[in-house]
Amino acid sequence: MTILSTRNLVAGYEPGLAIVRGASINVAAGEIVVILGPNGAGKSSLIKAIAGLVPISEGSVTLEGRDITALPAHRKIREGLAFVPQTENVFPRMSVEENLRLSIGIFPERNVAQGIEETYALFPDLARQSRLLAGSLSGGQRQMLAAARALIVKPRVLMLDEPSAGLSPKFVEQVFARLQEVRATGVTIVLVEQNARAALSIGDRAYVLVEGRDAHEGPARSLWDDPLIAELYLGKRKEAS
Amino acid sequence: MTLQFLLDGVISGAMIGLGAIGITLTYSILRFSNFAHGDLMAWGAYAALVAVGAIGSLFGGAAPILPLSFGLPLILSTLLAMAVASAIALALDWLLFARLRARGQAIIVVMASFGASMALRNLLEFLFTSSPAYYSNALQIAKPLGLGIRITPDQVALLAMTLALVTAMHLYLTRSQRGREMRAYAQNPALARVVGIDTRAVIRATWIVGASLAAAAGVMVGVLVQIRPLMGLDLLLPMFAAAILGGIGSVPGAVLAGLIIGLSEAAAVQFIGAEWRAGVSFVILMAVLLVRPTGLFGVTER
Repeated sequence: MTILSTRNLVAGYEPGLAIVRGASINVAAGEIVVILGPNGAGKSSLIKAIAGLVPISEGSVTLEGRDITALPAHRKIREGLAFVPQTENVFPRMSVEENLRLSIGIFPERNVAQGIEETYALFPDLARQSRLLAGSLSGGQRQMLAAARALIVKPRVLMLDEPSAGLSPKFVEQVFARLQEVRATGVTIVLVEQNARAALSIGDRAYVLVEGRDAHEGPARSLWDDPLIAELYLGKRKEAS
Repeated sequence: MTLQFLLDGVISGAMIGLGAIGITLTYSILRFSNFAHGDLMAWGAYAALVAVGAIGSLFGGAAPILPLSFGLPLILSTLLAMAVASAIALALDWLLFARLRARGQAIIVVMASFGASMALRNLLEFLFTSSPAYYSNALQIAKPLGLGIRITPDQVALLAMTLALVTAMHLYLTRSQRGREMRAYAQNPALARVVGIDTRAVIRATWIVGASLAAAAGVMVGVLVQIRPLMGLDLLLPMFAAAILGGIGSVPGAVLAGLIIGLSEAAAVQFIGAEWRAGVSFVILMAVLLVRPTGLFGVTER
């Protein structure tokens, strides 16, 4: 069943200067969908447009069948759509716990203490650092906090923009292992990544974006094995050489 | 030599610090220097004056709460003044600042706040004339504290009120959801939206909190000194100096810096000459900008 989809989405920061130029994607419930493509293809802009951070001029975004195209960014989290930006994804002058408390506090009906306890169970490192300022954490720890901050509100769809950027291989492995655990809890994941090998290794399906459009789509493994796509967009030949 | 200047400095600093909280919040959250903030202070003071008069006319003059110079009517009027100042701030934002903010050029909003300041000040002069006004004509007898320092009951009450307001403000910003949202928005507006924060509600809360504290500071100045249309303008530079010295966005910083500036001004009057008082804030402002632009409690993120 499709949980998130875009239809001919056109979006950009300035009127008349579209970065996303007619992208259509479908994400089924419980999937990990990877969005790949060369630099400047519009991958980040596509999920930012879905999240409500880049103005959409044409096309539509639907979540569980509801049209959320015109919904402001702050309302999308209430609809079950969470987004973790690539950088500046935590509030640096707030403690780890304040970051979490802020997120779950958006839902007054939820039990804050229970939500934080459950999050610490999923991310035990954060429990040990709960009083530290988020700005004092390492890059990997910040990515964990950013993911935890998004997950504490129990979204149905989690979109992440290059969660492995700038991380050491050890942290990259940890982040992707954690994403698989998250998917196992029933959360659908949309992942924009430059690290194609790591992303495709955990993804179910993938889209390759070229010049703002979805140029190729298919099972993650078949995209990795497709020599033309691998050579053109995934940097596979470079890795192999 | 008398040490009275220390107490005078603390009292003046408390008023500056209270006003500086609004400036520092507006600067960090709405990202512009609001030069109309001092006029919200003056409008608050005059709103309380009108309300005290109205309460007196409707219900008869209430006796002051001894040994203070004022009674329940002024306390109620202060609450009303906070509401009036908040309404003016929200109206200004709706009519002027929000529209200009949408264009994304902070300097236009700053210049608009200059214009709004002049309009608000001239309107006060038109309505109330430039003659000073007072909440009460009652004389206060200062009590000796030792070391040559004397303090009036009004000063004690208003210092206590400042302490209560600053504590309440600190708790609001650190313990309440809306307070956390305001701090989050100041740190990263785009992430705040992603997290689910309603930015319009945060902006409204910023104006209400800032204007309310400005009105409270205005009433304090009115009780301890006098009420004049220019009272806000006179305090504008010290308030900006306090906001910058304290570190933009830091409430405790604004209050501590307000006290430092109040004490420095009082020391300048005591040791150099009263004519140098106004220059102290300017010197501190320049020194902070040159030496430590992040202020006392400002942070540089890595």
